[in-house]
Amino acid sequence: MNPSPLPDRPDIYLSVAALLLAIGIYGLLRRRTLIGMLISGELIFSAASLNLMAFNRFRAPDPVVGQIFVLFIMGLAAAEIAIALSIIIAVYRNYRSVKTRELSELNG
Amino acid sequence: MTPFPASQMIVGAIFLLCVVTTVVGALIAALTARIIRSVCGLAICCIGLAGLYYFLHSPFLALMEILIYVGAVCVTIVFAVMLAEPDEPVRDENAGATVLWGGLALLVSAAIFWGLWHLGAHQDWTAPATRLTDGSVKAIGYSLLTTYSMAFELISLALLVAIIGALAIARTGRTKP
Repeated sequence: MNPSPLPDRPDIYLSVAALLLAIGIYGLLRRRTLIGMLISGELIFSAASLNLMAFNRFRAPDPVVGQIFVLFIMGLAAAEIAIALSIIIAVYRNYRSVKTRELSELNG
Repeated sequence: MTPFPASQMIVGAIFLLCVVTTVVGALIAALTARIIRSVCGLAICCIGLAGLYYFLHSPFLALMEILIYVGAVCVTIVFAVMLAEPDEPVRDENAGATVLWGGLALLVSAAIFWGLWHLGAHQDWTAPATRLTDGSVKAIGYSLLTTYSMAFELISLALLVAIIGALAIARTGRTKP
């Protein structure tokens, strides 16, 4: 029997992060529109952040480092979202569709 | 001073609520056919994640998670959903291949989850002997302006470039009125 209370067990956080990563990869493989793939990518970002924060809480001698790392991940995710959505808007303007099956001009 | 009765159980229940919120939100985000529900699932997932960050002794990151993800990212995706029509196409074409690739994707993600879960759960994560700082907002501020000042400036530059690039990309191809 594990004596420590539930929020102080690192394996729960790591399992939730692994589950988020798995769901994100499943969505990334299954989605057929660009925006759906983008949302799944955000889930993968969240999994990485949660993993880093769990190690920061339970393993790191300096608890500031992980928080700053996750803060930078959030900033880069915001930048990525801005760029990706503008690309999606440009693609929609050219093709009238954001379905991945129809965007096959470079397919040859 | 006696502690509040059953406070440990209440904290555990709130923690479980956060975990369930995160997982259910992620499932909604990945599985629903309509994209607007998927965005709502992402928002729910991020609210649950903010709770988990709070339990990881970082209320600052919990605030930032809600502020950036729910407040900015989800709203921006909703704007893109309104401009494009990104609903999933109906799955009438080639049902056998769809089931095959879906099963394959499920297999890949299940294998990844099982491997990571096995690594994480059967390990002895011992706490470090000493803590250098207390991880408060004050300590984060000191670190951002001393040790990580270069990265801090670089990420502001990256955000600026991203804003200008997004404006430039979204502007091309627009016909003049």
